[in-house]
Amino acid sequence: MMLAMVERDGDGALTAESAEVLATARGLAEQCGVPVGAVAVGDAGDLPDDLAKRGIATLHLLQHELLADGEPASVGEALAGLVTALRPAAVLAADGGRCTDAMAWAAAALDAPLATACTEIRPGDEWEVTRERSGGILLEDAVLAAPVRFCTLRPGGPSPSETAAAAEVTVHVVVPELGTSVPRARLVERTRRSSGMTLASAPVVVAGGRGVGSAEGYGVLEELAGLVGGVVGCSRVATNNGWRPHADQVGLTGTRISPDLYVACGISGATQHWVGCMNARAILAVNTDPEAPMVSRATWAVIGDVHAVLPAVVAEIRRRSEGG
Amino acid sequence: MTPFPDRAQVVVIGAGIVGNSVVHHLARLGWRDILLLDKGPLPDPGGSTGHASNFVFPVDHSREITLLTGDSMRQYSELGMLTTCGGIEVARTPERVQELHRRMSSARAWGIDAELITPAEVAQDVPCLDPTVLLAGFRTPSVAVVDPLRAGELMRQRATEAGALTVAALTEVLGIDTEDDRVRRVRTDRGDVDTEYVVVACGVWSPRIARLAGATIPLTPAVHQMIDVGPIAELAATGREIAFPIIRDMDPLMYERQSGADLEIGSYAHRPILYEPDEIPSAAAAALSPTQLPFTPDDFDPQMEAALDLFAGVLDRPDAGIRHAINGLLSLTPDGHPLLGETPEVRGLWSAAAVWIKEGPGVGRLIAEWMTAGAPEIDPHAADIARFAPHERTRSHVRARASEGFNKTYGIVHPREQWGSDRGARRSPFYERERALGAEFFEVAGWERPQWYGANSPLVAELGVEGRPHEWDARWWSPIINAEHLAMRRGVAMIDLSAFSQFDVSGPGALAYLQHLTVAQMDRPVGRVIYTPVLGPDGGFRSDLTVVRLGENRFRVVTGGSDGARDLAWFARHRPGDGSVALADVTSAVCTLGLWGPRARDVLAAVTDDDVSDAAFPFATARELTIGSTPVLALRLSYVGELGWELHAAPESGLRLWDTLVEAGAPHGLVPAGIGVYGTTARIEKGYRLMGHELDAEHGPVEAGLALSGLKSQDFVGKAAYTKAREGEPEATLCTLRLDDARDTAGLRRYPQGGEPLLTPDGRRVVDRRGRPSYVTSAGAAPSLGTHLLMAYLPPGYAAEGTGLVVEYLGERYPVTVARAGRTPLFDPDDSRMRG
Amino acid sequence: MDVLVCVKRVPAVGAEILLTADGTAVDTRHLGFTIGPHEECAVEEAVRIAERTGGAAGVLTVGAPETEEQLRYAMSMGADHAVRVDAPGADGDPQATAAAITGALRDLPPYDLVLFGAASADAGHAQVGVRVACALRRPVVGGVKGIELDDGCVRLRREVGDGVEVHEAPLPAVVTVLEGLNLPRYPTIKGRLRAKKAPIRVLPAAPAAGDLRLRRLRHRPEARAATIVLGRGADAAPAVVDVLTDLGMVRR
Repeated sequence: MMLAMVERDGDGALTAESAEVLATARGLAEQCGVPVGAVAVGDAGDLPDDLAKRGIATLHLLQHELLADGEPASVGEALAGLVTALRPAAVLAADGGRCTDAMAWAAAALDAPLATACTEIRPGDEWEVTRERSGGILLEDAVLAAPVRFCTLRPGGPSPSETAAAAEVTVHVVVPELGTSVPRARLVERTRRSSGMTLASAPVVVAGGRGVGSAEGYGVLEELAGLVGGVVGCSRVATNNGWRPHADQVGLTGTRISPDLYVACGISGATQHWVGCMNARAILAVNTDPEAPMVSRATWAVIGDVHAVLPAVVAEIRRRSEGG
Repeated sequence: MTPFPDRAQVVVIGAGIVGNSVVHHLARLGWRDILLLDKGPLPDPGGSTGHASNFVFPVDHSREITLLTGDSMRQYSELGMLTTCGGIEVARTPERVQELHRRMSSARAWGIDAELITPAEVAQDVPCLDPTVLLAGFRTPSVAVVDPLRAGELMRQRATEAGALTVAALTEVLGIDTEDDRVRRVRTDRGDVDTEYVVVACGVWSPRIARLAGATIPLTPAVHQMIDVGPIAELAATGREIAFPIIRDMDPLMYERQSGADLEIGSYAHRPILYEPDEIPSAAAAALSPTQLPFTPDDFDPQMEAALDLFAGVLDRPDAGIRHAINGLLSLTPDGHPLLGETPEVRGLWSAAAVWIKEGPGVGRLIAEWMTAGAPEIDPHAADIARFAPHERTRSHVRARASEGFNKTYGIVHPREQWGSDRGARRSPFYERERALGAEFFEVAGWERPQWYGANSPLVAELGVEGRPHEWDARWWSPIINAEHLAMRRGVAMIDLSAFSQFDVSGPGALAYLQHLTVAQMDRPVGRVIYTPVLGPDGGFRSDLTVVRLGENRFRVVTGGSDGARDLAWFARHRPGDGSVALADVTSAVCTLGLWGPRARDVLAAVTDDDVSDAAFPFATARELTIGSTPVLALRLSYVGELGWELHAAPESGLRLWDTLVEAGAPHGLVPAGIGVYGTTARIEKGYRLMGHELDAEHGPVEAGLALSGLKSQDFVGKAAYTKAREGEPEATLCTLRLDDARDTAGLRRYPQGGEPLLTPDGRRVVDRRGRPSYVTSAGAAPSLGTHLLMAYLPPGYAAEGTGLVVEYLGERYPVTVARAGRTPLFDPDDSRMRG
Repeated sequence: MDVLVCVKRVPAVGAEILLTADGTAVDTRHLGFTIGPHEECAVEEAVRIAERTGGAAGVLTVGAPETEEQLRYAMSMGADHAVRVDAPGADGDPQATAAAITGALRDLPPYDLVLFGAASADAGHAQVGVRVACALRRPVVGGVKGIELDDGCVRLRREVGDGVEVHEAPLPAVVTVLEGLNLPRYPTIKGRLRAKKAPIRVLPAAPAAGDLRLRRLRHRPEARAATIVLGRGADAAPAVVDVLTDLGMVRR
């Protein structure tokens, strides 16, 4: 069988990542001609109904007081026990965070390999996976040479679809025996995150380089950042010129960021800087030089001087918000 | 993207500071359809311009480099890209203190404001430095940092606004097509461009690009390490990129400069780390840029310790970290000079390579002027890419000399200092005999030439020659030179001159061709030996050489070894394309022995049956002789002021010629003499001028005292300027000055070496109306006159016999007297000895 | 309190990564090497804890002698001592790496805290720390962005979705950390000179092969669209604001 480990959000609904995991598991199961079993921690809730719509007929519910926190050692140990009992061909889970940690613990407990960050799994005599490396710049094809294949999946796999052939879901409650000799970490506090924005966490970074020209020149960048809910960053030139503190520096010798939008003002895009911002989802470049690398790599570009373009953008935003 | 042209007047490859500057100046001088290509992106295509430390120290011992730097500073300043911060070269050792005195002399010679200061004064300027490790400082207030990337952008912008320039970044050159050794086309990944001119301004990639056209640009990429340490509160507090003077810590071969909140530390002390131009990573393969390679910390550790000595107060702090560290690539050449000018191999292919940031704009102007007018304002003698002998263009020679030269970047280099690596490239047939005589070999164009012979050391005592008490004066020198000199004047000497460059010019157009290139009348009877200046278009010296008319349409050109390659390129470039003139380099087909002295005729007569009497073989003629059974071309002339001949023979007969003369000369007191006599002592006593010293593009024959009595009717290169100069009073006159018994404060007798400034007795600089300073062009002993002579150009008012001046040498000043204004020799003024 | 940080030598790559001709490795001919950002934070944290508690910060790696460059780098940041588990042919397989580290930790004096980066900067397997914890039966918390010392335990802050969790683990413990934990210091000149001379303890690694076998590396097929030029100078402002509005960053 294919075992798919699923997680639920605060409202008890299957997470989007878990839905993708189930879809991948079902695809693999069809290729191999085996059934799919889901595994989750806690009570059944609405999960059987949800699984039924996705054509999954078996649910293993791991229940133990130590599992409530999702603590990886406990979940991993419980999962390892289940795998030993069920001997699935593969165990799939969403990639990242505690889920990966639990999978790692289970794989370690069983001395099995674990392929993380997979984008594709190809069953066969030899199971091959494709996984991300180097932050996703590279892909790796690798063989998983083990009777049980532990894989965590990057988002963006086959899109989950509900199936017409709704299944009758059999729920197996499993109460693992968790060793008491192992010291475990425990969750002692959970709070909503304070909203203080940092360069690393801001959804928008408005950064300035050589083209800003002076410390005072950053005023208009601050203004724009304020209007779009972002923070100000800078290139190394700016730090070296004393225009901005080092904490604002984006780049190899500063902070590497991955905002939704990076506004690069008067930054040519030397590699030193580029590696700091290349993970931005979108880039808007403002530069006098249409052949600057930052311009050719940007999603959008405005050719012109920072101090001509930005004040006009700020004015336009204000005009529209007042008008609206 | 801009549309890509299919033809251009000129294609400039490389958009670093040099390429940008070249296009700017070409546009300014009227060139149109200029295409600037770079493989990388703009404004920083990834070459050395993008990571250079960008500071400019204006003082160099070389006048040529100083002029290029000065011009560059003016250009950076005019673009608003120059920030003056001052700079101090500091000394930790007594030898370096002496070198700082020498720097001071150079500063004074070139007219750059500078002063020697105490360690306490250094610390006043740069408070975060520990003065206790220092002995002295050499402060130049005009030291500056520049922004070459932005300057380049502005230069491109100006050329673009003039409607002269198309810029194509991210364009790779795939080939350069030539026809008849002339540039025709540049092939790129965006299409082919027809053009007749290509400028290779590709820095470390230049050898690769030149090779596409079949030419060589002899440089090697090499690593220069630098790190940034910070943040340092005192530096950050200035709020400026640079607020403190730059320190060159000369003894450990490194520098420290403020860069915003950081202290940047660079080094020329680590082991030479060379790259192959083909091994430089692409922009994609490099983490930072193709010329910013991974730092190799082990190589830099000794520099860190040295930096810590000097800047412990700011560097030894827990929060001052190494924030950036690279192995930056720069270009090194075999002799440390840039590679400028048209390549000798391919017409229309110009090199603008191996240029530092401090010289970039000046080089751009120089190349553009040279391409436009045929000659630049600043004489590119030492930088001319045509200067190399074939072996000097090879990979192994370039790497050997670059490795040796790297650590001389901040080194103390004696003016006579010889290279140690890759020696013995060219040896005359006399080499083994010379070695057996204990020759001290100096190198010229790869030739090993005896400077003096150890075997002659008994002559020192016999002739009462004095040594030099100060080590610096005596370095790369021997009193044997003076002894050989006196022995020649007393009897006869033979001198190995096989390093001469010689080319044969023949064909129906030979005479007209030579007339066009020379000042002297070439249409003389067969057998005449003709000395002639060779001028550039502006009337300055290009060369001076000897032409022998061997036949109606057959001439031999004999020129100095050090300038042979440049001269050959000049001659080759002017050859008519109609096939009427053949030009053959016969340097390797001829070996040469000079035989000079009052007894020279006795020796020669003993070994030949030919009549060598003055009547049969007068001065300034050439004849075929037979010495034993060796056919020899004998030229009766002299650069040492004695009766005698140059004997030219086939190299395979050289050894026998040597042995024959030695045997026949023994009864006449024949001694072997070195180039120390030929090039310095005998020459300077006779007031003979030397190319690259007295003779340069800044001066013409009139000022050098080499104007000929008549003006030939035929046109020749530089004639207009030469004619004009003859009609007016010279702005300066080459003079010989006498330095009698100069003693320093320690009471030691001292001997200036050349390059020193001449000052008025009250310490003012002497400068002519064209702004040219008076400095010592040559200096040397005059053993037969019992003095030490200096040569220098002096303006009217000073160029008069008896004028008293002072020469500044290593921090002290010594009185000198003008002994001769003009060319009349101090020794044997009427030349009776060599005409005898 | 004694802290050990496990680090991995990885190539310091730029915006693009070139592969070897056979496609099985990154072409590192022109690259330097480093430790990843997560691990730099781990080293920084270890040094701070050691400074604060009067303990020692150690650093460990698995690999060939050239990996000592990274150990020395960590020491130049302030780590007190270093261990290299000698594995000349190590290919970075997480099972084998974990086995090597586990073996070394059994031989070394005990550490109160063993820190890992949450994932290496190159392979990103993200599991070695947990595997070591499992093998040593130690508590483990992953993806940590804050470490506080308490009496006999550590309090560990991690970010999850919209919230922050604090976990408490008894010592000795294993923690994997994320960049943002702190601002790692740059090595100092004195630190570099000290690190250069510091001895490095070398332990043998039992040969262990992993079961995740790399076949080849390739580039993700990139669909980088051409840059859309919104205009020139101030005239482009309306187009820029349209884009910002579409992205939801400016109110419609």
